[in-house]
Amino acid sequence: MLSRLASPRTGGLLALAIVIALLPLALANKYFYDIAVLVGLNAIVCVGLNLLIGYAGQISLGHAGFFGLGAYGSAILASRYGWPPLAAMLTTTLAVAALAYLVGRPILRLKGHYLAMATLGMGIIVYMVITTEDRFTGGPDGIAVVPFSIGGFVLQGERIWYWVVGVLLLAAVWLALNLIESPTGRALRALHSSEVGAEVVGINAAEHKLLVFVISAVFASVAGSLAAHYSGFVTPGKVAFLHSIELVTMVVFGGMASIFGAVVGAAALTTLPQLLTVFEDYEMMVFGAVMMGTMIFLPRGVVPSMARLFQTRRNASSDDRAGSA
Amino acid sequence: MSLLSVEGLGKKFGGVSAVDDLSFDIRPGAVYSIIGPNGAGKTTLLNLLTGVYQPSSGRIVFDGHDMTGRAPYEYARQGIARTFQNLQVFFNMSALENVMVGRYLQERSGLARALLRAPGLVRAEQACRNEAAELMRFVGLQDYLSAASDAMPYGALKRLEIARALATRPKMMLLDEPAAGLNPTEALELDDLIGRLTGRGITVVLVEHNMRLVMGVSDHILVLDYGRKLAEGSAQAVRNDPKVIAAYLGGEVSPDSTYGETVAGAVAQAVEMHR
Ligand SMILES: Nc1ncnc2c1ncn2[C@@H]1O[C@H](COP(=O)(O)OP(=O)(O)OP(=O)(O)O)[C@@H](O)[C@H]1O
Ligand SMILES: [Mg+2]
Repeated sequence: MLSRLASPRTGGLLALAIVIALLPLALANKYFYDIAVLVGLNAIVCVGLNLLIGYAGQISLGHAGFFGLGAYGSAILASRYGWPPLAAMLTTTLAVAALAYLVGRPILRLKGHYLAMATLGMGIIVYMVITTEDRFTGGPDGIAVVPFSIGGFVLQGERIWYWVVGVLLLAAVWLALNLIESPTGRALRALHSSEVGAEVVGINAAEHKLLVFVISAVFASVAGSLAAHYSGFVTPGKVAFLHSIELVTMVVFGGMASIFGAVVGAAALTTLPQLLTVFEDYEMMVFGAVMMGTMIFLPRGVVPSMARLFQTRRNASSDDRAGSA
Repeated sequence: MSLLSVEGLGKKFGGVSAVDDLSFDIRPGAVYSIIGPNGAGKTTLLNLLTGVYQPSSGRIVFDGHDMTGRAPYEYARQGIARTFQNLQVFFNMSALENVMVGRYLQERSGLARALLRAPGLVRAEQACRNEAAELMRFVGLQDYLSAASDAMPYGALKRLEIARALATRPKMMLLDEPAAGLNPTEALELDDLIGRLTGRGITVVLVEHNMRLVMGVSDHILVLDYGRKLAEGSAQAVRNDPKVIAAYLGGEVSPDSTYGETVAGAVAQAVEMHR
């Protein structure tokens, strides 16, 4: 029982649930709730993105594109065409999944820098389309979005959103953990390490890369839809290349191939710029510095590095005991 | 009835033929060895026989299925497994997980079942874990059941690849230089392990430079040189073939020169030892 609690899965989920449940005690006002909601939404994107980058080893520099498509899809369907927000979100998600599938098929054949460039290109195309198709998107000015509502119940206010996003984040983490600990998840990690090694035991590497690309796009799209309804407004800024870089930095900083790392990375790097408002104009420099510092000092990212430290401490102390006995 | 049938197989890299118009058949249940000097095309042939390379010409039929042009995972699904001369271990996973990956074909489940962690899946995972541990013991890796793969010595990693290949429940297993880099004791244990693989009904295709091992375990030997078939037959027939001895010496020396006798003698001795 205790060992189950100590497992990353049960123990980690429980810890995350406790943090989400107790955090409001420390959230003094609406402004802090607002940051917490943004953290949660970014964390959902990063959990999905880490499945792709950290576990399957496939880079994407275009995930802000999927986030933006989710946001704009919901905004356009719900606000321009008056669809119920839930229906708008589900339709948008399906469309983004289909698009990720179509785009992913050719570009996931590429490796390393080539894949990075192709996903970058994809993100830029999405950005260009959104800024130029102003009949639907409002162009550079953006578009106002109606509040999220289900059957007459309107989701409004930071506090309600906090709980909704908190529960969804827990769900996202649970789904990601489940996937990683399944044969499919092992296949993803395997092809990350050796594609040919994975293929010769029967794993269709291309199919798995495509699958995880689509899943990560869906996570980003859903978070985008929610972000649009939450803030009541979308602008192309969230679709831009720089946002893709922010997302990747969160994943790398928190820890590749660590689901909880993705959450920690999102929390740290969403909060940091808010706290350092003096640096407003230098936000991207902060991200750049964090990325460089991580690569140099913590190449595994924060959470895996800490886990390792803890592990060696524990081994060392049990060795001590064995030694003194 | 042959399990694997190869007809006119060729593979060109640029203008160079690494494998050239090769035809042979492998009968089920045998230990079929492929030998030849460095660069003879042995690894290229194994890559062709597992879909890792696509042939420039020829046909590969396995167990009644034309496999020509298929992807590696399709070869695996028909029952061909392999190990690698240059290790392809999943170093981001534990040793046990490496073997569990080998059970992918039996374990794979729908996406929804995986995402929602269906109760059946949890039980299957436990069974998979047990089975993988069993296979690790089978290849002699009982000391590494909880090891991280990147902390294992070379010899153990070679056996880990065999366990992973076994986990796919293959009809045929291709081993690319399993004895290379092993110490003499470990190499001796391979004879026994290969025997136990055939005992499981697996047809073994062995690429190896260790002549003691080859001469001891093979039912049939194919000798390659410059991608072509140089000789073929029993260990007995091959070791006395002057062409084979000449090829191993660079083609310049006649089999009755002193050096030739030494090699032929060593080969013969190995065969005697294993009678
Ligand atoms: N991917 C490749 N691209 C170009 N040439 C290759 C490739 N793979 C193999 N070759 C060439 O094909 C020839 C056969 O190589 P191969 O690796 O099959 O030999 P081998 O018999 O396995 O040798 P060894 O005993 O040293 O392992 C060599 O000349 C090699 O340089
Ligand atoms: Mg070779």
